[in-house]
Amino acid sequence: MAASSDRNPPPFPASEEPETGLCDMADGDSDEGEDIFVNNSTPVAVSRGVSQPDQVSEEPPDLFSEEEAISTAPTLSTTAKSNGVHSDDENDLFAEAHVELSADECGSSAHKDPSSSGPRPTSSFTQSPAARQPTSLEQLEEEEAKDSFDVDVSVTSPEKIGDGMNAYVAYKVSTRTSLNMFRSKTFFVRRRFSDFLGLYEKLSVKQSLHGCIVPPPPEKSVVGMTKVKVGMDDPSSVEFVERRRAALERYLQRVVSHPSLLQDPDVREFLEREDLPRAVNTQALSGAGFLKMINKASDAVNKMTIKMNESDTWFEDKFQEVENEEQQLRKLHAVVDSLVNHRKELCMNTAVFAKSMAMLGNSEDNTALSRALSQLAEVEDKMEQLHQEQAASDFFIFAELLADYIRMLGAVRGCFDQRMRAWQRWQEAQSTLQKKREAEAKLLWANKPDKLQQAKEEITEWEARVTQYERDFDRIGMTVRKEVLRFEKEKAKDFKSQIIKYLESMLQSEQRLIKFWEAFLPEAKAIA
Amino acid sequence: PIRSVSVDLNNDASLLIDIPDALCERDKVKFTVHTKTTLSSFQKPEFSVPRQHEDFIWLHDTLVETEDYAGLIIPPAPPKPDFEGPREKMHKLGEGEATMTKEEYTKMKQELEAEYLAVFKKTVQVHEIFLQRLSSHPILNKDRNFQIFLEYDQDLSVRRKNAKEMFGGFFKNMVKSADEVLISGVKEVDDFFEQEKTFLLDYYSKIKDSTAKAEKMTRSHKNIADDYIRISATLNITMSFVSLQKVEGRVASDQELKLTELLRYYMRDIQAAKDLLYRRARALADYENSNKALDKARLKSKDIPQAEEHQQQCLQKFDKLSESGKKELTSFKGRRVVAFRKNLIEMAELEIKHAKVRSSIQLYYICFIMCTNELQYAWGICKILCEQI
Repeated sequence: MAASSDRNPPPFPASEEPETGLCDMADGDSDEGEDIFVNNSTPVAVSRGVSQPDQVSEEPPDLFSEEEAISTAPTLSTTAKSNGVHSDDENDLFAEAHVELSADECGSSAHKDPSSSGPRPTSSFTQSPAARQPTSLEQLEEEEAKDSFDVDVSVTSPEKIGDGMNAYVAYKVSTRTSLNMFRSKTFFVRRRFSDFLGLYEKLSVKQSLHGCIVPPPPEKSVVGMTKVKVGMDDPSSVEFVERRRAALERYLQRVVSHPSLLQDPDVREFLEREDLPRAVNTQALSGAGFLKMINKASDAVNKMTIKMNESDTWFEDKFQEVENEEQQLRKLHAVVDSLVNHRKELCMNTAVFAKSMAMLGNSEDNTALSRALSQLAEVEDKMEQLHQEQAASDFFIFAELLADYIRMLGAVRGCFDQRMRAWQRWQEAQSTLQKKREAEAKLLWANKPDKLQQAKEEITEWEARVTQYERDFDRIGMTVRKEVLRFEKEKAKDFKSQIIKYLESMLQSEQRLIKFWEAFLPEAKAIA
Repeated sequence: PIRSVSVDLNNDASLLIDIPDALCERDKVKFTVHTKTTLSSFQKPEFSVPRQHEDFIWLHDTLVETEDYAGLIIPPAPPKPDFEGPREKMHKLGEGEATMTKEEYTKMKQELEAEYLAVFKKTVQVHEIFLQRLSSHPILNKDRNFQIFLEYDQDLSVRRKNAKEMFGGFFKNMVKSADEVLISGVKEVDDFFEQEKTFLLDYYSKIKDSTAKAEKMTRSHKNIADDYIRISATLNITMSFVSLQKVEGRVASDQELKLTELLRYYMRDIQAAKDLLYRRARALADYENSNKALDKARLKSKDIPQAEEHQQQCLQKFDKLSESGKKELTSFKGRRVVAFRKNLIEMAELEIKHAKVRSSIQLYYICFIMCTNELQYAWGICKILCEQI
């Protein structure tokens, strides 16, 4: 298995990673990677965009808890809709705001939509696939805001199967849906990590050709998994498994909330089928491998020059935006990572300090002061607890959000590259056609009738191809625009809900902090 | 914040001392020591002199070496000004300047300057408290060298050099092994001192440990505050709840710092109390030796009067130390308890107050962000709010 670092964001593609095994793997698979982008003539139905149900809330668990992480912390309205298997209580304080919000965002809880059985056939641009100009942005945006449909997935109950180095972790993947295309309304299956990777590979082979942003899966980790294989009970293994579980859940949620991907039979099979065939060829799909693939493609593409017409500046500008944002998120992620580590250090130091305070309290010969110091030691102990929970928030809400979007932005870049390749294909076909025409002209002069017939046939063939590739290019362009729009909306929503969650967790911490110190104050005042 | 480590200072109008300002030139800090007095022993009723850290150390050491003050707890010397932390960070910032935007760099530079200023303020306060401890001590405030320190308008460095030559740090070196003498040493005749000895030795080791652990905790808080600074510097669209955390970080640091400062101060004060016990123990040892010498003299019938006189002197010295020591240690106990009380109450109240402020702001942000779809707009508003904290 290729290795990637346990706690770091996806490695910088440009830098040479110290994990040489990783590099070897990626290089070995690079040809395979190239193959993914080869011509695929299967037409795809461009489904129109729909707004998504809110994602299942991820409650930050106690980092060192051994139990399954289902928190009972109250959350706000963003989670109170028809969400995953473990929905949480509404905070009464925000009941009104909740109503406001769901009215605003066409939240899924309010809707029993008749069209939930499938997308409505009103997509304006499937009617004119050959149009060179994409449909207006307003129209695209409108389509985004149409009705939603219910599919909620959750990933829970990690269980270690087997022993020793062949052991693996199986997760329970539960689906709750109102869609008729599934076998029932609620069901679950057991999946392992490589199954998720396999799903990604299948999807990216099919969908990325069409300019779809396929959500990338979480990274592999030899280090993390080795620890787990040895034993799942120690704190770092617990943390690793929880991190992975949460990441897999977010990954699946992104997949099912994507209208095109949801229609993909591989997705349905992944969710429903009892015995899924083992995924092979997942070596290429370590985080660094994936990014290396994208970037190799990028490099090749950058060597092409493309003459941009008016509407194309959108693509160039957007691509630049995406690159800049990715850079910024990387920087940010590095600092947040540092924050998490410092917070963990604070936990340790606070615990140690609390013990020291308790000893000092014992030494103190003034009775009231002695008691106050002991109380202080207890408060510091509780503070340690708070810091632990805050560290979990920092990590699971903040850091992982950034890591997810760094990967996602890589996928966005990937779909821009797809469009470039489509353009290249079209251009090459045009130049081939040109050559064929020239050849025909020569044959006319040379007067060779049988060869001429062949030449004419070839010209017809290539004319068809040119038309097809041009259509493909336009179609992929439109898909990319739609996808990017959808992505940006999702991103804004995601960041918004995560920030709220982060603030909520801080708010809770503050409330408890106040209680601790208010309880301590009379003890301090009683010193005499 | 550090003022509450020692209470009831600088209340007596007959001698008021403060350090109204200080200059920082490279590594050297020049303090302006300002005195206002009604005492006739001083030449003028109000005056100021410039002093360096080394001058304070000189004053402290001469007091320690003064035989007459052997029975007193000499206030601990102020620690050397230490700008190493912020200076190192400034250096790192300079190295990393190329990798960050102008805005980031400016923000972080501002933060570092604030940190530098905080260290500066703290060192001024500890030096001030040292002088105020002296001025409020009925015996020490009459010390001749103290007066020179306050009044002498020339450079003290000449005197400092002379003092070093005279004492050569003799007594200071002796004090280093004081604990062993106290522990292994002479049989204690007085219950009070026996108890004090046991208590102070134990308490000292505990408070030393607590101080070290508190410092580590404070450092962690600072690291977190720095991370939030870097985060808010990196963002174009200010996620202003992060700026909030930046404020929280600094504030939390200050509160934890309060406790750390208290512990550190009393650790040093207890060391000073231990030094007193040590001097008394030595005096007791001297007395017992003089007894033995007297017995020997009587046996040999030689030099009896000198031996008798020597023994009397030792006894007097020991009694004087014991009497003075008892007073000092009792008032020290009271002082310590009062200071801890005041400091712990203030710390708890600040924690509560700041947590409430942060809570209401967080609550506001949540409501605000939820009620708008324009995330960028929301962030912008939050930023404005944040800057008003």
